[in-house]
Amino acid sequence: MQNTQQRDLVTRIAILMPYLWLIALFLVPFLIVLKISFSQTTIAQPPYTPVLDLSEGWEGMKQFFAALSTENYATLVSDSLYLWSYLKSLQVAAISTVILLLTAYPVAYALARAPRRWQGVLVLSVVLPFWTSFLIRVYAWINILQHDGLLNQALIALRIVDAPVTWLATDTAVYIGIVYSYFPFMVLPLFAALEKMDNALLEAAADLGAPPWRAFFQITVPLSLPGIAAGTLLCFIPIVGEFVIPDLLGSSSTAMIGQTLWLEFFGNRDWPVASALAVVLLAILVPPILIYRQRETRQYSPSSFRGAPEARARNP
Amino acid sequence: MSARAIVTFENITKRFGDFVAVDGLTLDIFAREFFALLGPSGCGKTTLLRLLAGFEQPDAGRVVLDGEDLAGVPPYRRPVNMMFQSYALFPHMTVAGNVAFGLKQDSLPRDEIAARVDEMLGLVQLRPLAARKPDQLSGGQRQRVALARSLAKHPKVLLLDEPLAALDRKLREETRFELKELQRRLETTFVIVTHDQDEAMTVADRIAVMNRGKLAQVGAPAEVYEQPNSRWVAGFLGEVNLIEGRVTAVYPSFVIVEREGMRLRVAHAPIAPGPAAVALRPENVRVLTTVPEGSFENGAAGTVADIGYLGTMSIYKVRLDDGLVLKAAVMNEQREAVRAVHVNDRVWLSWTPQAGVLLAE
Repeated sequence: MQNTQQRDLVTRIAILMPYLWLIALFLVPFLIVLKISFSQTTIAQPPYTPVLDLSEGWEGMKQFFAALSTENYATLVSDSLYLWSYLKSLQVAAISTVILLLTAYPVAYALARAPRRWQGVLVLSVVLPFWTSFLIRVYAWINILQHDGLLNQALIALRIVDAPVTWLATDTAVYIGIVYSYFPFMVLPLFAALEKMDNALLEAAADLGAPPWRAFFQITVPLSLPGIAAGTLLCFIPIVGEFVIPDLLGSSSTAMIGQTLWLEFFGNRDWPVASALAVVLLAILVPPILIYRQRETRQYSPSSFRGAPEARARNP
Repeated sequence: MSARAIVTFENITKRFGDFVAVDGLTLDIFAREFFALLGPSGCGKTTLLRLLAGFEQPDAGRVVLDGEDLAGVPPYRRPVNMMFQSYALFPHMTVAGNVAFGLKQDSLPRDEIAARVDEMLGLVQLRPLAARKPDQLSGGQRQRVALARSLAKHPKVLLLDEPLAALDRKLREETRFELKELQRRLETTFVIVTHDQDEAMTVADRIAVMNRGKLAQVGAPAEVYEQPNSRWVAGFLGEVNLIEGRVTAVYPSFVIVEREGMRLRVAHAPIAPGPAAVALRPENVRVLTTVPEGSFENGAAGTVADIGYLGTMSIYKVRLDDGLVLKAAVMNEQREAVRAVHVNDRVWLSWTPQAGVLLAE
């Protein structure tokens, strides 16, 4: 009896652990940011007010909540700088994600069709560059893209251009950096989806009269939708908040939201506005994730890709 | 049944690396027959089917379908359809969507597609499940969807790759008869690949027994079973007793095969004397408890070594005095408890001259 109870307790703690994890590392920090977003900036340590002081009891709490305001959100709406930052981020994220999808799909497809004994090595070769520091790789791109960098040297040597092209501090450089950096995050989910597709399905499509290109669009693409969705989310969401790549490769005139946020935090020391920016960003990104989750559980249950459990068929 | 060949394999050879899957094989399949390719795994039967579907190209030889050489014709332009062993149903489409897939590729009018899909679902009794996804179906239902999908385009030849292998035994045996019935009704040529001899015997008009990329024997089920042309075919199709001996005397309608202590009379056309074997099906061997009168031929004495009880029949393993073990299948006309013969009993085996098949090497 004692033993069973102990085991129950252990099981409960084990189940609880991920939730504790989420609460400690996600919910609590988020609540702190949310609270700061309703505060006012001040020259002090910390640089915002009010600060919750529990020693003053109930009165202190009341004062604290009375001092909170939505002023920072009003600021975000009133200054078009913020709106443009958001739009710029969404634009960069959307275009980058489309480019990633178009470039990663053929690679993932080739990986999935490669002989099984080569697959491990090939997948590794996609991931391998990402074992080096992210920052070093972005700096390497500065080297490649600068005025007398590798890219310009190559273009001139091949007589494609006569004079060096300005790459650095342009949107093109930002797109190059982002597509390069997020490539594995698009390839791997696509590969996972394509790899488990039964080759007999394509044979069946051909057998029923579908030429290869039609089989691709009617069978392969629909069946890789979960991979497309996962890869898109995995890239789109962090790209929206991307800071390092646009900061190092782009120009300050076209700031993405990450740069604006950084500026508010460290340039202006305006933590409340910066927090408000972060909260709004989260509010923008949560709905697509929820929609995806819902679609995934409804339409692409894992069982539709493997042999279905007989039990389910018997009790429809 | 017309004897017009609808499919002709001409000197087909297909290699995978060093492995010769099909080895210089020539075969005609006639229009409207139910043809079975039967053999152990790796004998090349599935490769032959895939060569016809167009998923493999022969290294040598020609595949001719209805007078047309199929060399260079891709699978999506061949007027044959295949039912896959794994069914290969499209998981993202409904039952109706799966059946309609092939028809949509031909850009048929929408209402014609709908009518044909409905007809096909009616054929396999799946109309109520048209809107289901494959993973909401039982194994037997999915098998019927695959069948309906492969029949929807009215193929000249329907190819069935181990179509019943994934079903449980009872359902498999029922479905055999349904398949046969369906083939008779549709008057379409069916080519089935199977490793299950009962399945081939039940459904097929003719069977090609394959071994190591070659045809071992082609004929009607009763012909390949009762008149096997080699030790291998005799052994592959069901149980058989092989009695090795020598042809010592030849008469107009039978020959005498002798081995130590045994003299066999086998109905056969005259052949040259020499080493030979007699293939004897266990169900043709009688088990007697008393010595048959005055018979030296087609009989032997031995001791019961083992009795296998199978319900409808029992298999008796009888060790002859010279060490050879023969099997005899005996219908259980009486209850097991009152059986007259037991292990270690002395028995006499006997068979008719028509029972044995002479296999000269």
